Amino acid sequence: MNELVEAIPWLGHRHPKAARSLITCLMLLAPMIALLFGNTWVRILDFALLYVMLALGLNLVVGFAGLLDLGYIAFYAVGAYTWAFLASPHFGLHLPFYLVLPLGAAFAACAGIILGFPVLRLRGDYLAIVTLGFGEIVRIFMNNLNYPVNITNGPQGINMLDSMNLFGWDISHAVQITDTFRINPLVSFYYLFLLFVVGSVIVIRRLQISRIGRGWAAIRDDELAAKAIGINTRNMKLLAFSLGATFGGVSGGLFGSFQGFVSPESFSLMESIAILTMVVFGGMGNIGGVIIGAVALSLLPEVLRGIALPVQQQLFGKVILDPEVLRMLLLSLAMILMMQFRPAGLIPANARYSRPELARAGKGAQS
Amino acid sequence: METLLQQIINGLVVGSVYALIALGYTMVYGILGLINFAHGDILMVGALVALQVISFLQEHFPTMSPVLMLLIGLVVAALACMILGYVIERTAYRRLRNAPRLAPLITAIGVSFLLQTLAMIIWGRNYHNFPQLISTAPLQPVEGVFITPVQIIILISSALLMGGLILLVNKTRLGRAMRATAENHKVASLMGVDTNRIISTTFIIGSGLAAVAGVMFSSNYGVAHYAMGFTPGIKAFTAAVLGGIGNLGGAMLGGVVLGLVESIGAGYLGTATDLCNLPHWLQWASLTQTCSNGGSFELLSSNYQDIFAFVILGIVLIFRPTGLLGERVSDRA
Repeated sequence: MNELVEAIPWLGHRHPKAARSLITCLMLLAPMIALLFGNTWVRILDFALLYVMLALGLNLVVGFAGLLDLGYIAFYAVGAYTWAFLASPHFGLHLPFYLVLPLGAAFAACAGIILGFPVLRLRGDYLAIVTLGFGEIVRIFMNNLNYPVNITNGPQGINMLDSMNLFGWDISHAVQITDTFRINPLVSFYYLFLLFVVGSVIVIRRLQISRIGRGWAAIRDDELAAKAIGINTRNMKLLAFSLGATFGGVSGGLFGSFQGFVSPESFSLMESIAILTMVVFGGMGNIGGVIIGAVALSLLPEVLRGIALPVQQQLFGKVILDPEVLRMLLLSLAMILMMQFRPAGLIPANARYSRPELARAGKGAQS
Repeated sequence: METLLQQIINGLVVGSVYALIALGYTMVYGILGLINFAHGDILMVGALVALQVISFLQEHFPTMSPVLMLLIGLVVAALACMILGYVIERTAYRRLRNAPRLAPLITAIGVSFLLQTLAMIIWGRNYHNFPQLISTAPLQPVEGVFITPVQIIILISSALLMGGLILLVNKTRLGRAMRATAENHKVASLMGVDTNRIISTTFIIGSGLAAVAGVMFSSNYGVAHYAMGFTPGIKAFTAAVLGGIGNLGGAMLGGVVLGLVESIGAGYLGTATDLCNLPHWLQWASLTQTCSNGGSFELLSSNYQDIFAFVILGIVLIFRPTGLLGERVSDRA
C-alpha cells in the first residue's frame, strides 16, 4: 500500500493519507466506472485482478528470491485444472470452493516443490530455461492426457465448470435487489477477486519483511554470502517456489470458476512471459510496482484495442494489427525497452531497505 | 531393424539441423555468457525470407532452375539474418553487457517475441507451404529404409558448414581473436583485439548458420510459419548444453545425439509404455479385454516427443552441467 501511495506523483509524497483514500476509492469504484463503458470492461478488470495475483506470486519467486521462473503459468494451470477436475461434470464431482481452492493451492505448491528440487543447484539463466521446460512439459501433458484414459480431455479442454458458490449464493447469478437494480455477476466477481488480491498483498507484505523475506533477499543478492551467514538456502528456495506456486494455484482456481472453461491454450509460454513482463515492467521486488505493472499491462492492450482498431479502419480501411498482435507487440517492446532504459522497472524496489519505515528514515538522513 | 535404421537416418538429419542452430547458441554463450533466446526466431526469419525470395523468383523467372532458386533464396536469407543478428546485438544487447544477470536474458526473451510478432504481422498466422525445390521422392538404399535427396543434401551441407566453422575458429586470425575474447574480454582488448567487432562477428556468423538451418528445416518439413523457431530453438539450446556450452564440437555432438535420442525415442515410446506388454497377472480385466481385441494401451505416445529435449536438458544441467565435452566449468550452473 505504501509503495502504491508513493507511486502517485506529487500527491503521494505530500499527502499520503489523501493518496491512500484515493487508491481505496478507485479500487472500490472501478467496476462501477467500467460498467459505464459496458460489461466487457468489467470483465477486463476481473482479468486484470487475476493477473495482479499471478504477478504478485511470480514476484515472490523472481523479485524477492531472484529465481527467474519462466514456467510459472504451469502452477496457474494446476490450480485451474484442479478446479476443473473437482468441480465440473467432467468427473461428476462438484466439491465446494472451500475444499477445491485450498486443494488447488496445495497441488500447485507440491508442483512448485517438484520443480524446485531438481533445479536447486541451478542459477540465473539455466534455471530460467529449465523452468521453461517444466512449463512446456505440463502443457504437453495437458494436451495429451486424453489417451489412453481421458483425464484432461486434451486440447478441447474441460467446460461447464462450476461457478463460485459462496455458501448457497452462486456468484455467477445476478443479484436482484429491487426490480430495477441488480448486481452484475461480473461485479461480484470483481469484489471477490479484490478480496483475494488484498489478502495476498497482506500475506506477501508480511512475508517480505519477515525473516523469510530477508533470507530471500540475501539469496538474491549473493547466494554464497547468504549460505555463509547461516541461511538454509535449499529450504528458502523451495519455500519461494512453493509459496509462489500457491498464489498461482489459487488464482488458477479463481480463473476456472470465473471462466467456466479451461484448455491448454490458456497456459502457453506466452502467458508466462506476459506475467514476467508485468513483474519486470512494474519493478521486480516491489509489491506496489508489480501491481501497477500488472494492471497497466493487462488494461493497456484493451485500451489500445479500443483506440487502434477504429484508427486502422479509418486509415487503411481494414484491420492490419489485430488485438492479439498488438498485445504481443506491446509486451515484447515493454520488455526490451524497460531493460534498456529502466532495468529496475517503473517503480524500482528499494534494494537496501525492504522495510518502508527504514526507507523513510534513510531518506530523512540523506536530506 | 528397418524401423531402427529409418529412425537413425531421421535422427541424423534432424540432429544435424539442431547442431547448426546449437553452434549459434554456443558461440554467443561462450563469448558473452548470454543465452540468446532470439536465436530460434532468427531461424524462422531465415526460412520465411527464403520462402519470400523463392516465391518471387518462381513468379518472375519461372524458367530458372530450382536449385539456383534455392541457392539465391538461401543466400538472401543468410544475408538478411546476418544483418538482423548484427542489429539485434547493437541495439538490444550491447548496452547490457555489464548489467545484472537477468537483464540480458529478459531482453533476449523480449527480442524473441518481438521477432515473432513482426513475422506474424508481415507473413500472417498461417502455415506457408515451403516449395520443394529439390526432389523429395524417397530413395531406398536398403529395402524398407527411405531417405530423400533433401535429407542427403542437409547432411552433407551441414557437415561442410560445421567443418568450415571449426577451421575458421581454429586456424584463422579472426578465430583466434574470437577464442581470446571468449577467454577474457579485457585481456583480449589489451592485446589489440577489437572485442566489440568480434562480438558482432560472432552474432553475424551464428545468425547466418541459423538462416541456413531454417531453410533446411523448412525444406525438410515443407512448411514455414511465424512460430516455427521456438521448438528447434529450445532443442538446439538443449543440444548446446548437452555437448557442453561454449564448446563448438560439443554443440555438434549434442545436436546429433539429441536428434537420435528424440527420433529413436519417439519411435519406441508408444510400444515401450504399452501396458499390454505387462505380464498377465498385472493386468486388470478391462485392460486384458482391450489388448486381446488387438488394441493397445500406450501411456505415452509419440505426441510426447518434445518432452525428451526438456528432460535431457534438466538431467544434464543437474548432474553434469558442463555437458558431455564441456571444458569450461560454468559458474552459472
